Amino acid sequence: MDVLGILIPASLLMGGVGLLAFWWMLRRGQFDDPEGDAHRILRDDYDDHPK
Amino acid sequence: MATLADPQRPSACPACDAVPLAERVAGKALTETRLMLALPGIHCAACISGVERVLEAQPGVEAARVNLTLRRASVQASPEVDAETLCAALTKAGFEAHELDPGVLAATDVDERGRALLMRLAVAVFAMMNVMLLSVAVWSGADGVTRDMMHWISAAIAIPAVLFCGQPFYGSAFAALRGGRLNMDVPITLAIVLAVGTSLYETMLSGEHAYFDAAIALCAFLLAGRYLDHRTRANARSAAQELAALEVPRALRITGQGTETIAAADLRPGDLVRVLPGGRIPVDGVLTEGHTELDRSIMTGETLPAAAAPGDAVHAGEANLTGPITVEVHAAGSNTELARIGDLVAVAEAGRSNYTSLADAAAKLYAPGVHIVAVLASVGWFIYTQDLRIALNIAAAVLIITCPCALGLAVPAVTTAASARLFRKGMLIKNGTALERLAEVDTVVFDKTGTLTDGAPEPMGLGTMSRTEAEVALGLAEASAHPLARALVSGLKAMGTMPARLDGVEEIAGFGVKATWNGRLVRLGRAGWLGAEPVAETATYLSIGDAPARAIRFTEVLRVGAEDLVHTLKARGMRVVLLSGDVTAAVDTFAARVGIDESVADARPGEKAALVERLAQQGRRVLMVGDGMNDTAALAAAHVSISPATALEAARAASDMVLTGRSLAAIAEAMETATAARRRIKENFTIASVYNLLAVPLAVAGLCSPLIAALAMSSSSLTVSLNALRLR
Repeated sequence: MDVLGILIPASLLMGGVGLLAFWWMLRRGQFDDPEGDAHRILRDDYDDHPK
Repeated sequence: MATLADPQRPSACPACDAVPLAERVAGKALTETRLMLALPGIHCAACISGVERVLEAQPGVEAARVNLTLRRASVQASPEVDAETLCAALTKAGFEAHELDPGVLAATDVDERGRALLMRLAVAVFAMMNVMLLSVAVWSGADGVTRDMMHWISAAIAIPAVLFCGQPFYGSAFAALRGGRLNMDVPITLAIVLAVGTSLYETMLSGEHAYFDAAIALCAFLLAGRYLDHRTRANARSAAQELAALEVPRALRITGQGTETIAAADLRPGDLVRVLPGGRIPVDGVLTEGHTELDRSIMTGETLPAAAAPGDAVHAGEANLTGPITVEVHAAGSNTELARIGDLVAVAEAGRSNYTSLADAAAKLYAPGVHIVAVLASVGWFIYTQDLRIALNIAAAVLIITCPCALGLAVPAVTTAASARLFRKGMLIKNGTALERLAEVDTVVFDKTGTLTDGAPEPMGLGTMSRTEAEVALGLAEASAHPLARALVSGLKAMGTMPARLDGVEEIAGFGVKATWNGRLVRLGRAGWLGAEPVAETATYLSIGDAPARAIRFTEVLRVGAEDLVHTLKARGMRVVLLSGDVTAAVDTFAARVGIDESVADARPGEKAALVERLAQQGRRVLMVGDGMNDTAALAAAHVSISPATALEAARAASDMVLTGRSLAAIAEAMETATAARRRIKENFTIASVYNLLAVPLAVAGLCSPLIAALAMSSSSLTVSLNALRLR
């Protein structure tokens, strides 16, 4: 059962990283235009100047 | 500096960054403006880059970014750039564009509440997954010290998470209790507090059952429902604001030095305003200079343009067709006839029966029921065992099991799915309960002009004209911007006619066009001007030399999908009524043409509303579809109402839904979707109740372990969400 001492903090840490990443994406406005971003990635025009 | 760097353009080259950055710093000093444009027509990747390329090619535009989800573009530009130039450039490139008032939209642009809810939801889901993982160990038989350790770690995660995530519920429940009321949030808060409290107590005593997972799962599922609900509302609100922002009323005021553009609201009685052909009259007043024809259809529903000469009264909302005119302002802003009809709308809205949404009806039944069951169960157990600890545990279990996870998701999940589907079909929903009300409709009342018709007339019998007549008529019509002339031009051009060579073409505003052709006087215009015998229908008259004038008749163009819609509605057994302010003859002919049996003509705005109310008193659920000023009161009085995007701002404001496309076919689809949505909501309530009915006896009997609670909660929420998604 000693392994729990590593596994539980590890899983919490990984979850926490995910949570932080989500918070960062939310702050950066990456959910503001999901439909547009889905289309933008398919266009060549933005390859050199992603926006 | 870091805050000024464009976050959208990460680059490895510092020099590349420095140049635009320097420009940006310079631009900031000159206070650049931000313009918002509505782009209702865009739908693909090519549209995005096309629009951005057009906008960025305009002088003074620094950056443009399209938001495809909201169908908007935001433009950073120097102050001298105005939205009209940008819209014109986009329209030329084939993209429909309108100006939006960024001030009105500012509130929705930064949706702080939505983001806060989403963040709480993210934290709740994170905590729920971790606590659930730990709980699996307990469910699979951990005991003794291991179980206690799992419980303590769960508590360490769940308690701060619940404190942070549950705030929307605590606030609302507290407010309700202080007001002496019960709402859905009271049992939710009670369940969370009791579950966490008793679980903590149990954990301290090394007890067997802890409900930390249930408490945090409850938060997560309810927040998901809240977030969906918030999004639907925010979308509806921004749709309404977008429509309000579309109408930016401006007027050309005549001053000593010339004309200046000012907001219509700033006009004072006595001011003189210039109204150019194609413009809408911004005020009530008297025509002082110029002859023209006015299109009053939006006010009265009349299709025939009316001639206006100096001394005639004109009203806000009428469109100036042929000649430039000067109007002396008698009333502006809220004193106009237009605004007075607005008051009529307010009265009609007050009279609209108070609609109770399905969710409210469910909550009314549910909230007291939960408390009674929980209290009875715990009191019963206390009497039976004389043990407060067991009694409290039972109460917590009952509250957790009955908590409205599925109920909280049942309505928002369905409305989200349904509005997304309708948005794709070209329908904006402005009111949260509009879909539910639309599902109950059994009578549909249509306005004629601008709703079932496209507004633009179509010439008839062009084939019977001689070649000379057609060529002369085309030559004359090309000189005018009058809607009849324009319709004639497109009709004749479609037949391959070439315009005749005319000399001295001159448009006499309010009368017609005259010119010389091969030394003979040719005229196209009103019957009275040409001395012709007027015919009953809408018509224009052509005279060549001394020959008697010839009438060219026009008929109204049906809006796309109008006939099909009427047939579909009738096939579904609905009563269809045509209600118009136009003259009887025109209305009767038109009703026969689209296949409507019941028609009312010559209806004034008040009469329209009265008729809708009379139908409501007969127990009919009326859907009103209209676009004009004269329809607004009826739109507000109806059970549910729809207006096309071309409608006047007041009409769109008074209606529950707005058609964004040209076709009327979306109405039939909206009704289908609404019926399906209502069915799904009811199914969802049934599913949620069945789960509750199965689990509550277990909880009351004290047999509900945390495992059963977690299973019931998750599976009911999942089933409800999946059932809602079937709508998409």
